[in-house]
Amino acid sequence: MSPDAVAGGGNAAPAVRLTGIAKRFPGVVANSDVDVEIRPGTVHALVGENGAGKSTLMKILYGVQKPDEGTISIAGEEVAFASPADAIARGIGMVFQHFQLADNLSVLENVVLGAERLHGIGARARTEIERISAAYGFALDPDELVETLGVGQRQRVEIVKVLYRGARVIILDEPTAVLVPQEVDALFANLRELKSEGHTLVFISHKLDEVLAIADEITVLRRGTTVATVTPDTVTAHELAELMVGAELPTPSSGESTVTDRTVLEVRGLRVDDAAGRALLDDVDLVIRAGEVLGVAGVEGNGQTELVEAVVGMRSAVAGTIVLAGTDVTRRGTRERRESGVGYIPEDRQRHGLLLDAALWENRILGHQTRPPSVRGLWLDRGGARADTERIVDAYDVRTPGVDTTARALSGGNQQKFLVGREMSGDPVLLVASHPTRGVDVGAQAAIWESIRAARRRGLAVLLVSADLDELIGLSDTIRVVLRGRLAGTFDPRTVTPLELGSAMTGADASEPA
Amino acid sequence: MTTVRRLMVGAAAPALAFVVAAAVTSVVLVAAGDSPADFWRVLLSAPDPRDYVAIANATAVLYLSGLAAAIGFRMNLFNIGVEGQYRVATFAGAVFAGQALLPGALNTAATILVAMAAGAAWAGIAALLRVLRGVSEVISTIMLNAIAVSLVAFLLQKVGRRQGETFRTDTIPESSWVPSFPLVPGESSQVYGLALLAVVAGVGFAVLLNRTRFGFDLRATGHSESAAVASGVNVRRMVVYTLLLSGAVAGLIGMPELFGGSHAYGSTIQTGIGFTGIAVALLGRNHPWGIAVAALIFGYLNQQASPLGVTADISTEIIAVTQGVVVLSVVIAYEVVRRYRVRAEQAEVARQLRRERGAQAVSP
Repeated sequence: MSPDAVAGGGNAAPAVRLTGIAKRFPGVVANSDVDVEIRPGTVHALVGENGAGKSTLMKILYGVQKPDEGTISIAGEEVAFASPADAIARGIGMVFQHFQLADNLSVLENVVLGAERLHGIGARARTEIERISAAYGFALDPDELVETLGVGQRQRVEIVKVLYRGARVIILDEPTAVLVPQEVDALFANLRELKSEGHTLVFISHKLDEVLAIADEITVLRRGTTVATVTPDTVTAHELAELMVGAELPTPSSGESTVTDRTVLEVRGLRVDDAAGRALLDDVDLVIRAGEVLGVAGVEGNGQTELVEAVVGMRSAVAGTIVLAGTDVTRRGTRERRESGVGYIPEDRQRHGLLLDAALWENRILGHQTRPPSVRGLWLDRGGARADTERIVDAYDVRTPGVDTTARALSGGNQQKFLVGREMSGDPVLLVASHPTRGVDVGAQAAIWESIRAARRRGLAVLLVSADLDELIGLSDTIRVVLRGRLAGTFDPRTVTPLELGSAMTGADASEPA
Repeated sequence: MTTVRRLMVGAAAPALAFVVAAAVTSVVLVAAGDSPADFWRVLLSAPDPRDYVAIANATAVLYLSGLAAAIGFRMNLFNIGVEGQYRVATFAGAVFAGQALLPGALNTAATILVAMAAGAAWAGIAALLRVLRGVSEVISTIMLNAIAVSLVAFLLQKVGRRQGETFRTDTIPESSWVPSFPLVPGESSQVYGLALLAVVAGVGFAVLLNRTRFGFDLRATGHSESAAVASGVNVRRMVVYTLLLSGAVAGLIGMPELFGGSHAYGSTIQTGIGFTGIAVALLGRNHPWGIAVAALIFGYLNQQASPLGVTADISTEIIAVTQGVVVLSVVIAYEVVRRYRVRAEQAEVARQLRRERGAQAVSP
């Protein structure tokens, strides 16, 4: 895909100009000396690793936070936002990464919610939504319930929401994180449509290929400050990545196969139901051998969460068997499965992996309550737990002042490194890793990938669920695709392309390449 | 944060709460036309030796009650039924002890176990409702309080002896009484021997919570149920165990008085201790030492307030206002302090990272 020609007149005042922005708050990477100039009618990408200060900057632009220093000008006029309402009044809209939609309301109701004064809630509002939807090729039915919409359509509802409120500058926070490749293409088509109508788009991402495909200009943030503004025709993804991290970018590559013929996990005919008795997972068969990483790809909500929870023992199987290292564990609880060597990196580390308000050494005990070195019989071994926490902090490069620091105080990447270190403790035979590098910076990502690879070489079996196709392709020995609760296809990561995976994930292609 | 600073920040919350409570109480007094000066003079006057004993007895009982509530609170289980569990347990204990099936101290020991079992059983009803039917323990324990009061009154008429207008259980044989011990030399009133149960229970609570696997599971579930489940904790089982334990400790509340004072269950039983225990646990932050301090404060306030009506012509009920405001403001103050701590700790982590980055920059 060739980058679009830079649009917008060179002489027009910038749609947004941020000058010398600084924001300090304790414990969080702040912004300092941020200068960004966004020309009208362009797609301006803002890239940087997690914690580089992108979110803070966008919150400042959207009026959620006030800068300590610096100025914001919109279309040449200096402004000060006290709240997002001020920003909206100035024509700035934001599409959040996590959609803010009410499932049980229709598209129309979601769009007018909070903006009833603009066009009422009836026929005028409907006409306006239909106009916007038609103008940009969104194809949305105002009366459809949001709960029936797919992820891509929900995102379009979010975009309609900000357009409906009169936004000329639209901030999109990691808009492609939840989309499969085909949906990304559709989104980009929508964005180009918006751009051609004179809208200005601020595109926040850390997926560099996408940034290069869509952006007219790219501003790179590192450690809270802007380090460069470049155009896509002058840089490669690799150069961009180096600008972001200031060092060589890690890539997942699993190297030599270490797969053995010793079966560690065998799942047969697994079925998991929801409370109403509908199948969330059905007829799932899979085998993972020692030294093998089995990657599971799928659009979120197709059963991968349930698969992980069933394997870990947090959900009970309605039918089928789960055999771990030769023992049928289908009817065993999470604790027994963990005792027989299951490590678990949960999808949501803050909800399922950590006690945020407890010290790190106490978090070391979590999930290992019945095993040394953190316990001795029925008693906690505080000394043992502390010593082993020190070991994890050293071995996995967890940046913390000490083991008495609460988990909450650490950054996401460090929390995750600690979690990975803990779950690799006690010689696990099976690691169940759900989105192991989601929301962590590039440095932590490389460290986590390396830990998984190292454990795999030692004969660990890994069930890897991820939304990051590069991660899946780079780490897995085999890739399975989950679609509507069933395992739909088996792919060889050495030959598969993201496009093929995307097709299988959306059900567009029913064939099963070997 | 250094330990000293940590402690100071920790002490700031209750201190702040007491200042607010004092202010609110004074305002209420002024609004009601009473003299705050008289109130504070009576409240802050030095207790008599006799009062020291009364405060010690009240503190022990409130401590047990606070502990019973705190066990549930640490797991985010709100056992509002300590009062009911205490009534049922004390009655069951009194009936058992009055039978004198066992001689002397053996009878005493057995009675304590019976009372704990009765308290646990009464709490167990709420536990079963919760895990089998999903009934909130808040609702069920509140209702079980009402049922406990009526049930005990009914059974007392069945098994008790009429004594004037009221009923009471058979008096415990003197060989099973637990002697009191003097607190203040030369003072005739003495502290109940079984008040020491509070010390035993407090140590047990601290050890169980902080040193054992069970305690870790309990605290982990309180911190984050989802994380506890993912770590292999069987939360349903923990709910049952925790409520049983809470009820068992509630069963101890009546023992010091039963074996040291009343020697029977009758209409003179102290009411409301179970509810005060909830406030004591909140004030004490569900921490073994904190609950002790809170129980002492509540015991002191109750005792010092009793002469208010006589010497200052102020209704003693005002002390309930003070206690209520203390609890409310302490909950708020703790939250403020918690947020401050989180920020301070994050700042510390950030400082550390900056230092490391600085070091890296120097030696590339």
